[in-house]
Amino acid sequence: MNVTLFIPCFVDSCFPQVGMHMVRILERLGHRVTCPEAVACCGQPAFNSGYWDEARMVAGKTLHHLRDAEAVVIASGSCGAMLKVFYPQLYAGRPEEAAAQRLSEHTWEFSDFLVSKLGVTDLGARFPAKVTFHDGCHGLRELGIKSGPRKLLEKVRDLELVEMSDAETCCGFGGTFAAKFPMISTAMGEVKCASAADTGAEYMVSNDSSCLMHLQGLLSRQGKPLKTLHLAQILDSQ
Amino acid sequence: MSNAAQQFLEAAGTITRNLRHRGLIQTALRKYEVARDRKKSAFNDWSSARQSAAETKWDAINHLDTYLTEFTSKIEARGTKVHWCPTGPEARDTIRGIIRDAKAKCVVKSKAMTAEEIHLNEALEKDGFEVVESDLGEFIVQLRKEPPYHIVFPAMHLTRDEISDLFERELGSSPTREPEELTMIARRALRRKYIQADVGITGANFAIAETGMVSITENEGNARLTAALPRVMITLLGIEKILPKLEDLALFLPLLATAGAGQTVTGYNTLYGGPRQPGESDGPVEWHVVLLDNRRTELLADPEQRDALHCIRCGACLNVCPIFRNVGGHTYGTTYSGPVGSVITPHLRGLQDWKHLSNASSLCGACTEACPVKIDLHHHLLQNRRNAIGETPSWIERLAWRAHAFVINTPALYQFGQEVARIVEPLRLRLQGTPLDPVRSWTRTRDLPPVAPESFKEWWRNRR
Repeated sequence: MNVTLFIPCFVDSCFPQVGMHMVRILERLGHRVTCPEAVACCGQPAFNSGYWDEARMVAGKTLHHLRDAEAVVIASGSCGAMLKVFYPQLYAGRPEEAAAQRLSEHTWEFSDFLVSKLGVTDLGARFPAKVTFHDGCHGLRELGIKSGPRKLLEKVRDLELVEMSDAETCCGFGGTFAAKFPMISTAMGEVKCASAADTGAEYMVSNDSSCLMHLQGLLSRQGKPLKTLHLAQILDSQ
Repeated sequence: MSNAAQQFLEAAGTITRNLRHRGLIQTALRKYEVARDRKKSAFNDWSSARQSAAETKWDAINHLDTYLTEFTSKIEARGTKVHWCPTGPEARDTIRGIIRDAKAKCVVKSKAMTAEEIHLNEALEKDGFEVVESDLGEFIVQLRKEPPYHIVFPAMHLTRDEISDLFERELGSSPTREPEELTMIARRALRRKYIQADVGITGANFAIAETGMVSITENEGNARLTAALPRVMITLLGIEKILPKLEDLALFLPLLATAGAGQTVTGYNTLYGGPRQPGESDGPVEWHVVLLDNRRTELLADPEQRDALHCIRCGACLNVCPIFRNVGGHTYGTTYSGPVGSVITPHLRGLQDWKHLSNASSLCGACTEACPVKIDLHHHLLQNRRNAIGETPSWIERLAWRAHAFVINTPALYQFGQEVARIVEPLRLRLQGTPLDPVRSWTRTRDLPPVAPESFKEWWRNRR
């Protein structure tokens, strides 16, 4: 299959290894991966801030470059929700509506693509550690991704998966929310990190780097031993 | 920034650092979740129950004119006086008039968020009436002279020790940590008031159009005493409380109890059909039903967010909201707090003054998932944000988003930005923790990941 990989701006800049692992995994599975350089952002920050015209300035370019792709795989549940759920709303009643609808149907969050589209759960990975999984809210509630990442983790050799209480509770990132209401965002993140630490896990894993950027930021600042990891990083470990 | 927004930011800043508050609320609401899930499993199919309830409320709200007329004509036929009040002040004045006409001195009241919405108690107290809250939680917060913390659990922010201290100070009781004894102290104070009161004021959970009845749900029996003992009864309710048929309660009563408090059915569920009828020996001689609009019809006119009028005030969205769990009920500064409050307050009290509540959300969607009548709460927050910008855009922000779009859409500029970020990183680290740090709102509590030496796109290009 021809897979068009969409690496969002913050993954591209700060977490490039997440994208690299995805490329390796997809190529190992025999797919042809392309990554259009012109595509950088889904437009969600402006959209969530209420600036829909400005969001369309960014989304329009992304839509243009991805509209004919066979399958778009995206390295974030949140950006995935933007393409799958919010583009059709953003372009409702506009000439691009049909293209937005088509893109929505052909877009997959990475773990969902592996499990639901390809039917793959065992990637032959080995990761000897105790981990707990954090459900990113957009992936969980906008895209309905819950069991897929766990199925993938269960097949990883020597990995012990433990559920934290409140795995489905928001970590407090929320995009611009984290900067506009840092005190609430921080409190939410501390609650999340405490739930994860209570499991005794060494790693808190998620399929969304945005949540992990916020959580790792808190953990590092507070000198906590718990580490965060993107799911793709584990699935590509040997 | 509005005064309300400023106050919200200040209050949130203080309370989110209060670890005692955090622990208290998180623990209480985790227990609620366990109880709620146990009761949810008693439904054959919870999601169908929600769907059915949403459809019933959709019908009720989209035919509100018909159902309200049916409700009032039925209830008036049994001698109830119905008052239509377009605004809060009109509802307040109507109730003041009824109390004056009854030559009342003491008023006893059961729980009614609608009364909080129109600031009824303050108005009545200003007139010289004694108003006593009979719901235990409301009684406690009234003694503390503060508004309810939560629409269903008004005093959930207080510990038994704090309540005991309050009772000792205000009622002269002996200290105790036993919930039963605390309840008995309140009961002794309240029983006297039921007998003294000339007027009882209640809220309502549902108004049944088909039979012309008001349904009140409670756990303490206090609303029954409030309705039954005084000579005059007043029921204040929002016009959205309508349910078409009596049999709808078969779903709505367990749904409300399960979603709101993790109960199978609430302790007391009473239907009121009219004042004392000829030949009856008890019940109020007069019954006044005060129907409140207070900009609900404006929300009804908004096809995108009309479903917010489905709300049955169960509090489920507050209970699961991670924002509510961290900032608590008082921080909102509104009658209705939590997600539903953030959605409807801009409609009830003005978008520009209250838009900050729609921004103070991570849009996680836990509220929408929990709502028993399927209000699309977190998407309404997004719409409120868009509508607020549509009314009065900030030109600085607009320019910033346009600049962002320009940079993101121009690969050379985007790469240049990454390069600059790499170069200034050592300087940024030196500024971290000082007022000169440009990303201080992030770095005050969190480390910021640096831009990687090689971005994904650079790696991709080199690899090919």
